[in-house]
Amino acid sequence: EGSKGSRIHEGDCAVLKRGEVFKAVPVLRRRKIIFEKQWFYLDNAIGHIYGTTFEVTNGGNLQPKQEVEETTTETKEAGTDNRNIVDDGKSQKLTHDDIKALKDKGIKGQEIVQQLIENSTTFRDKTEFAQDKYIKKKKKKYEAVITIVKPSTRILSTMYYAREPGKINHLRYDTLAQMLTLGNIHAGNKMIVMETCAGLVLGAVMERMGGYGSIIQMYPGGGPVRAATSCFGFPKPYFDNLHEFPLSKVHSLLSGTFSTETLPSDPEDNALVEEDSNGLTEEKQISLQETEEEPTSEAPMEINQAEEQETMDINAEDVEFKENKEKENKENVREKQMKQWERRKKLTEAAALLREKNADGLIVASKFHPTPLLLSLLEFVAPSRPFVVYCQYKEPLLECYTKLRERGGVINLKLSETWLRNYQVLPDRSHPKLTMSGGGGYLLSGITVVLDKGKSDSSNLEALKMEEPSPKRCKVQDLNC
Amino acid sequence: MSFIEYGDTIKDGDTAIVFLGHESMFPVKVQHGTVTQTKYGVIRHSTDLIGKKYGSKVTCSKGGWVFILHPTPELWTMNLPHRTQILYSTDISIITMMLELKPGSIVCESGTGSGSLSHALIRTVAPTGHLYTVEFHQQRAEKAREEFREHGVDHLVTVTNQDVCKNGFGVSNLADAVFLDIPSPWEAIGHAKSALKAEGGRICSFSPCIEQVQRTCLAMEEYGFTEINTLEILLRVYNVRTISLQIPDLGKAAEDNSGTGFDSSNSSNQGSPGANLQQGTVQFKSGVPLREMVGHTGYLTFATKS
Repeated sequence: EGSKGSRIHEGDCAVLKRGEVFKAVPVLRRRKIIFEKQWFYLDNAIGHIYGTTFEVTNGGNLQPKQEVEETTTETKEAGTDNRNIVDDGKSQKLTHDDIKALKDKGIKGQEIVQQLIENSTTFRDKTEFAQDKYIKKKKKKYEAVITIVKPSTRILSTMYYAREPGKINHLRYDTLAQMLTLGNIHAGNKMIVMETCAGLVLGAVMERMGGYGSIIQMYPGGGPVRAATSCFGFPKPYFDNLHEFPLSKVHSLLSGTFSTETLPSDPEDNALVEEDSNGLTEEKQISLQETEEEPTSEAPMEINQAEEQETMDINAEDVEFKENKEKENKENVREKQMKQWERRKKLTEAAALLREKNADGLIVASKFHPTPLLLSLLEFVAPSRPFVVYCQYKEPLLECYTKLRERGGVINLKLSETWLRNYQVLPDRSHPKLTMSGGGGYLLSGITVVLDKGKSDSSNLEALKMEEPSPKRCKVQDLNC
Repeated sequence: MSFIEYGDTIKDGDTAIVFLGHESMFPVKVQHGTVTQTKYGVIRHSTDLIGKKYGSKVTCSKGGWVFILHPTPELWTMNLPHRTQILYSTDISIITMMLELKPGSIVCESGTGSGSLSHALIRTVAPTGHLYTVEFHQQRAEKAREEFREHGVDHLVTVTNQDVCKNGFGVSNLADAVFLDIPSPWEAIGHAKSALKAEGGRICSFSPCIEQVQRTCLAMEEYGFTEINTLEILLRVYNVRTISLQIPDLGKAAEDNSGTGFDSSNSSNQGSPGANLQQGTVQFKSGVPLREMVGHTGYLTFATKS
């Protein structure tokens, strides 16, 4: 990236920003976008630099906002306090219809705000601060400017937390920031990531690795969800070293009984793959439908056309038609076999990477109970490496902590959460903002060490050593766990 | 080993972290022939450290043992020698994310101080990025250079000994991000702006006092920065403890043996795995906050160069 900003291209995932509100959208021509009660097309934005601010024209097109000279603050008339201001809802003389008429005439937002000020009977009685606040509020409502920003962990994690926290297990963006640092995520790592946060955590890890190193994403069900990951706009090479492995195969991998014979979403008849591809379409149809919670960025799996064909009425007299269909069937089966072979190959690769048991770190952020995940996935991590587990709730992490102590092989365990507060900073008006997040989830972090197997005594000793000494005076009976 | 790349075994010249137990650790420079004293006894580098795997348990001469850990910027932050007040990982984490730092980023920092943040920044921008750090104190600048060299990261960082408010960062139209932790950041905003790339650069200023923040925000506005946002972040740590609470003796309701509503023999903790250890107590697991916590480090102000 040069010193000039990067430009908006068709096909990008861009984030629209208005004030504190964000929305991720694909940049496509003639695609109607609705954002903050406005609808428009993004066509005119293509080619501009990310960070550019636009106005929405009457035609629903974007236009770069002209730099307007702020009217110099002449000493305007203002009051000293609000003791005589009565809020009867009648101080604004313009009606809804009047304002609508102005908007329809195409009057710019700035002008509407000016009209509102002039038609407010109480404006000049307000204090300067109150006037300031009033103007800011009206500007926010009527001067509809939209900035198009480049996606990043900062932007996307803030957006998801505000818009769809349920999708990310209420992982607040500062908590995510802690995970990335505590986990020492950096270029060259071999990371294991297990998340059910729509791919946001995976994307954040990928961003901090810059395409270097490798990631094995563990996934539940049929396949990993990477909806948020595609928003980051990573170049294709980043995905070359991104692997995935099903959770349902973890136990078999750890016990040494893993094989690629049955893939997670394969039906039981793998016999077809073993056979020669000579178009045995009369056999049971294999539908390699991936069970995903959300569509991934990859092209959807093609429907088995032969399956459709079976339900079609085939004109027995149309021999040529039948022959062509048979050819298609053969191709479909071949394609399916290719895909399945690909999947097996990737699975074997991922398994091999895990078997090395030398990962540089583990990140867990999911809706599942963390304990079984941690106890199994830690087996794949090298000694003296950090791990971080996120949980929306504290209690499961208490249990996790206890089980880790019993297991041994971990030190520096820490259960924590971060407290975040935003501020309004204005001359003579600085204070924390009025609302704040009530909670952003909890983290359990630690460092692996060489595991002393089969010595429960020494691991207890370790546990005691690793614990804080009991407080000297305690009103409550307090046992170390 | 290196602060920017993991290694498996301890080598001569490494900086390793000796872990003794709960929140007790210190850094050590691994060197053939040297010994390190610990409360558990002596560690002989040549026999006990060099060639061993990171994460190994090492038994010291008196019989006690320690773990030897691979260094990371986070461990370094907890163990580095302080020359100034430092930034801790909680602030460092949010700074890194809000400045959108990643491999390849060019970042400017002032003041270098004790190098806590510096190490974290270098780790994040490696292997293709760079840190330009400015420190007006001559000895601190030199010590920082020395440490970066020792830690094998000097190719990723340039330490300049000058006053950032007067002479800037030494680069222009280049940086993806600028970080300020100085007494009068408003005096450096202009220099920060010229160090930053033309569009989209990010800036962060860290100040303990709200008055400093006010002046800095004004300066940012004057210089045309947008998205100005001030926040603070604090870490709350919980100790995991099994707690036993006694059941109070509320006496008998009548002469017979009918118990009180809260009969200790059938634990009223529905679904709680913590059964009674002994008559008259209830056990449960709790995440207990610490008695004291850090209540303030500084305000963080972020903005974007437009």
